[in-house]
Amino acid sequence: MDIYLLEAVMNGVLLGGVLALLALGLNLIFGVVDVVWIAYAELVMCGMYAEWWLTDSAAWPVLAASAAAIAFVALLGVLVHLLVIAPILGSAPINQLLATGGLLFFLQSAATLLFGTDFRNLGLRLPVIEFGDIFISLSRLIAFVAALLGAAALYLFLSRSFLGTAIRAVAQDREIMGLMGVDQRRIYLLTSAIGGGLAGLAACLLLLQYDVHPYIGLTFGPITFMICVLGGLGNMIGGFVAAFIISQIIAIAGYYVSIEASYVLAFVVFIALVLLRPQGILGK
Amino acid sequence: MTARLPAALAALVLLLLLPLALRDYFLHIAVQVLLWGFIYTAWSMMGRFGLVSLGHGAFLGIGGYVPALLWNHYDLTPWLGIPLSVLLAALLALVVGYPATRMRVVGHYYALVTLALSQVVLLSMIALRDMTGGSLGMTPRSAGRASWYALQFPEKSEFYFLALALWLAGLALWLWLERSMGSKALEAINEDEGAAAAIGIDVMREKLRVTLISAGLTALGGGAYVQYLMYVNPETVSGVGVSLQIVFAAIAGGMYSLLGPTIGALLTIVLAEGLRVAFGTHFIGAANTIYGVLLVLFIIFMPRGIAGLVEGLLARPGRPAAAE
Amino acid sequence: MLTVTDVSAGYGSFQALFGVSLAVAAGEAVAVIGANGAGKTTLMRVISGLLPASGGGFALDGRALEALPAHRIVAAGIAHVPENRRLFPRLTVEENLRMGAFIPAARKHFAERLAWVYELFPRLLDRRRQPAGTLSGGEQQMCAIGRALMSKPKLLLMDEPSAGLAPLVVEQVFNLVRRIRAEGFTVLIVEQNVQQVLDIADRAYLLDRGRIRLSGAAGELARNEEIRQAYMGI
Ligand SMILES: Nc1ncnc2c1ncn2[C@@H]1O[C@H](COP(=O)(O)OP(=O)(O)O)[C@@H](O)[C@H]1O
Ligand SMILES: [Mg+2]
Repeated sequence: MDIYLLEAVMNGVLLGGVLALLALGLNLIFGVVDVVWIAYAELVMCGMYAEWWLTDSAAWPVLAASAAAIAFVALLGVLVHLLVIAPILGSAPINQLLATGGLLFFLQSAATLLFGTDFRNLGLRLPVIEFGDIFISLSRLIAFVAALLGAAALYLFLSRSFLGTAIRAVAQDREIMGLMGVDQRRIYLLTSAIGGGLAGLAACLLLLQYDVHPYIGLTFGPITFMICVLGGLGNMIGGFVAAFIISQIIAIAGYYVSIEASYVLAFVVFIALVLLRPQGILGK
Repeated sequence: MTARLPAALAALVLLLLLPLALRDYFLHIAVQVLLWGFIYTAWSMMGRFGLVSLGHGAFLGIGGYVPALLWNHYDLTPWLGIPLSVLLAALLALVVGYPATRMRVVGHYYALVTLALSQVVLLSMIALRDMTGGSLGMTPRSAGRASWYALQFPEKSEFYFLALALWLAGLALWLWLERSMGSKALEAINEDEGAAAAIGIDVMREKLRVTLISAGLTALGGGAYVQYLMYVNPETVSGVGVSLQIVFAAIAGGMYSLLGPTIGALLTIVLAEGLRVAFGTHFIGAANTIYGVLLVLFIIFMPRGIAGLVEGLLARPGRPAAAE
Repeated sequence: MLTVTDVSAGYGSFQALFGVSLAVAAGEAVAVIGANGAGKTTLMRVISGLLPASGGGFALDGRALEALPAHRIVAAGIAHVPENRRLFPRLTVEENLRMGAFIPAARKHFAERLAWVYELFPRLLDRRRQPAGTLSGGEQQMCAIGRALMSKPKLLLMDEPSAGLAPLVVEQVFNLVRRIRAEGFTVLIVEQNVQQVLDIADRAYLLDRGRIRLSGAAGELARNEEIRQAYMGI
């Protein structure tokens, strides 16, 4: 096998890890609260700015800034739910989607207002490591491992704890949660916080590899929705798997043609799949 | 109805005289309102069916780029380029719309598939950077003067009449669509497909028909927009932002009424311009920040839009119902 | 223990309950019987807080509950086995039971309660890692009852536990209810299997189009001509 192709495949796997994290967060929120946050990638952007600002202007160490950024986005998630979603929980799903679309405009322009349109980064220079003949950037490797750890932590929480079980239960039967002694509003808030926290974690991992600017959400937001739909909206395992499939398509097509062409291909595959199998590739 | 015709005629005369009264800047705004009003009206033709497309940027992009590319690279007049792009957009709508109605792809899924469609066009335009100039955009080759052949009118007031004609044609089509299937049937389809089918409506055919018309008109609007601005770049015609903005404006104005989408255009453009002027260039983003907040508030508190609100007030018991 | 006073309730403009009053004493098993659509489920939903009462009130051990949301009523000591069981189909049996122990007071004793429920229903122990949706009807009912018991309620509400089950399984379910009684639980049960429920209950109420029509000792009602004709088909 071509060494460079192998490298592209490896990079695809590494990218898949971060995308999977985003898909998990979005699917979690969709499955539990039954809302698509179109502005999800913009929350990631907020997290990236938070971490950048803390390291750059407040001179925090990167790890502390990351932790604070994650907490910050988790808080943002709660606010999104309280201010935007909760008032229209009962209205048409498309209105909820659009309300978060308004949020997208808001967050983009608020970031422009606060930080301008310059590209910012942490200024970290992490080395490239060599495995046999292929080169892998350490920052991508760290991002991948941290994403998997985050996903594993989420898995443990959802499968082992009382609250986690309740979160999964809400997605299956909303109406009787009260009979279990569960306050549904609190579950929604917790879910929004976790969804935000995952976006925050993804933000820190992306900032290791990419510059942040107000419109960065647009570069990976659509691909994240696509992954979620492919896996079946609300289906966390499906989304996780789809993230790796899509990132491979992007990596391999990107290797043979160009980055944009690979995204075009991914979106076309997506459209075709949804039209042929609306329930998602892993759906029944 | 009797009182409406004279009112409409009076409004038309006013609109025809407008260029005499307005300075260039305001004329520019008027042209924008007409062109976007036309595009939002095209979108609403689908929206009121429950077909909420987040991908009209795809059709707008085709309408914007195809004539310009044909003009620049093959010297083809926009008089042929624009109709071609309209056909192309309708064809694309057919390729996606047919299976979508067939497989009953609705709600979130429909919104996200159409979103992906606009991404396909966006990224294709960027990928074809040798021809399109990529993200930096492109300029249709200038004819140097007002030219019907090139469909270029540097003078704003000349273009104004073109935009006005387009906008009126859009309204006429809207009315024709409503007549041809009856608003009752339309509502029935939006609310309950089963019931609509039961009263003898071929739901799939109707949905496909509005989808094709809406896509074609949007491309037409895109073509006109680029002829007016003499510039196009991928984000401004096919970005997620544009697609969302179309939906917002249509909803804010009211997508169930003839003039709703135009009210939406007026509202969003005047608001955006007003905020831009108010904040100047010191606070880039301030205007859009407020704009975003207002959009969220709109969706939360006025989901039927301004036109819907006005109609609701007019239709209150105790008053004769408007329009009917 | 439970006193329901003059409760009215409905759905939108439709009124389903008209001033219903009843009482359940500690240790008792009380049945509510009535035709389809009489309002039995509505009554249960009001008592567990899923549906607000439009008038009247109810109290457990003297503590008024009508203003509390459902999740606080569970904490106050009322567990509800809902109509059609309503298990979480994709959660395992054990996870369903975990949901039953969600309230803080129960969470502390989760391990010991779990052992106790498995002892009561050994079948559930065999099935503990299986998604609840894959259980048989009788097993699902065990799981639903087990889930409600996990909170060690003072009062257990059961809404048609035998509905939709094969005759042999119906018999098993009523045996389950006997077991639960024997464990000392206070039970308010709604049933359409009138004969069998009157067999296990101490007292019963007849609900007819949203109103209590008759009440008395279970044996007495079982001998009542009208009930025998209308509800037992004798
Ligand atoms: N969710 C609901 N919305 C409207 N009406 C309802 C609803 N649930 C029940 N009803 C009506 O309330 C009445 C009582 O229903 P229910 O309490 O379910 O009766 P039962 O459990 O005795 O069969 C019936 O007439 C039923 O049609
Ligand atoms: Mg019932």
